[in-house]
Amino acid sequence: MNLNVQNLGFAHGSTATLEGINATLEAGKFSVILGPNGAGKSTLLACLTGLQKPNSGAAKLGDADITAMPAPKRAKRIGLLPQGAETHWAITSEALVALGRIPHARGAGASADDRRAIAAAMHATATDGFAHRPITELSGGERARVLLARVLAGEPEWILADEPLANLDPGYQLDILDLLRQQARGGKGVVAVLHDLHHAVRFADHVVLLHQGSIFAQGAVDDVITAQNLANVYGIDALLSKDEDGATQLLIKGKMRS
Amino acid sequence: MTSRFMTGLLLCLTLAAFLLSLMAGKVWIWPMSWAADNADGWIFLELRLPRALLGLCIGAVLGLSGAVLQGYLRNPLADPTVLGVSASAALGGVLAIFLGINLVPFGLFGCAMIGAGASILLLLAIGRGGGPIGFILGGMVLSTLAGALTAFVISIAPNPFAASEIINWLMGALTDRLMQDVLTALPFMAIGALLLLTAGRALDALTLGENGAKSLGIDLFRLQWLIVLGVGLSVGASVAVSGVVGFVGLIVPHLIRSFYGEQPSGILVPSALGGAILTLTADSLVRLIPGPGEMRLGIAMAVLGAPFFLLLLLRYRKGAA
Repeated sequence: MNLNVQNLGFAHGSTATLEGINATLEAGKFSVILGPNGAGKSTLLACLTGLQKPNSGAAKLGDADITAMPAPKRAKRIGLLPQGAETHWAITSEALVALGRIPHARGAGASADDRRAIAAAMHATATDGFAHRPITELSGGERARVLLARVLAGEPEWILADEPLANLDPGYQLDILDLLRQQARGGKGVVAVLHDLHHAVRFADHVVLLHQGSIFAQGAVDDVITAQNLANVYGIDALLSKDEDGATQLLIKGKMRS
Repeated sequence: MTSRFMTGLLLCLTLAAFLLSLMAGKVWIWPMSWAADNADGWIFLELRLPRALLGLCIGAVLGLSGAVLQGYLRNPLADPTVLGVSASAALGGVLAIFLGINLVPFGLFGCAMIGAGASILLLLAIGRGGGPIGFILGGMVLSTLAGALTAFVISIAPNPFAASEIINWLMGALTDRLMQDVLTALPFMAIGALLLLTAGRALDALTLGENGAKSLGIDLFRLQWLIVLGVGLSVGASVAVSGVVGFVGLIVPHLIRSFYGEQPSGILVPSALGGAILTLTADSLVRLIPGPGEMRLGIAMAVLGAPFFLLLLLRYRKGAA
């Protein structure tokens, strides 16, 4: 089911504001939200997750208003990988992944469904090798995969990731992006807030470019990530070209001279 | 060791500590004289039984509250006093003694519970919409204010005897409590503990931070209510009946974590049992220390607890370095 954002506006306290956002994000595609700091990327993602209530308009999953959905029901359908890879307590990787089953929990203990979903999520992210290690002893890349496995274990229709690559080495960043793309290919809806334009060029099926709380451009990568748009939104001088395989290559030359 | 085996072991230890508390004292009373129609039987029924029951319940709610608050605040140094409930209940009790209301049946208990209730309402008003940080700052403000007012009441006590009675009560003890006191406090503690025991899943979800928990469908506002009511009722009642007994809620969850792992829901019941064991044992020991009178339980706990706290701090500093 698609995520439909209809004329969404948001203004509250110190959080970045949004105005007149209209977008349709399709399941089965890897959608990437781009924009400079303070453009409202995380706020938009929070509205899509139901963590923030828009002041006007609505974010809908199919026809259902996300903020009006009962929280446990919403949690089953929309999974969030929050910013900052926050974890507390030295619990095992497996116990952390099992937290993803909370929206499905009935009574005490894990059901057969729970155990199957946890095992599948850990297998998909290649984290089953350290299932019984405490998360405090894992490397950054391992932890990032465990946290993603936690989201997958909830078997949501949509996976929303808020800057999932922060503080990861390039290799680990590609691991996470590959996993997210795999999920999209498998039919899930995937939305990620990213900072690195190269990653967007290489992995995104659909790009939403935010600028000062509004959508500056959206659509296929080649239509949105253009030298002109990057100059206007980021103030950078970028060169885009096609390599011999027809893939887009991005080179950032520097700041625009004004 | 599986956690089921360890819980069985904790249950056995709780039973043993309870039996020890029934028997130990200046006069040892063995099980065969419990039902006897003589002085021993009377001591057992009127003094030992209520005292052991109180130790069991107070220790359990303090251990449980500590485990819940540490999980909620994701801070291993939190304990039930951080919310200011204990200090407010203590202020209520102190006022009751000062005004002579403690001579009326349930006067002291009632005043202390009113103090705890007022702190619950204030906390809910302060913490509305704010996260754990606003909540904890509110608790600290409340704690400081109630402490200052308590000191003020002591300073204007009409005579040294009144001041001494107040200070004695404040130090926390399980001595000279009647069965009636136990039966009055028990429902509050039971309801509070039951509320706290339902928090496990939400506390687990908070392992992922507040946004992570919310995205899993956890209602953090409801959790805050649950904790304020649960801690307020159970710890408030425990202070009302026995004064302030510190450190149990801080130490016990730590000890339990080193055996059970750190998952917040996994340590709730074990922390309750551990709290009961620690309190019952410490209360038996203070009775056995030779010499006139006996050491107050609150003081004994602080003497035990402070070095433990220091060890903890050193370990954390080492972990952080």
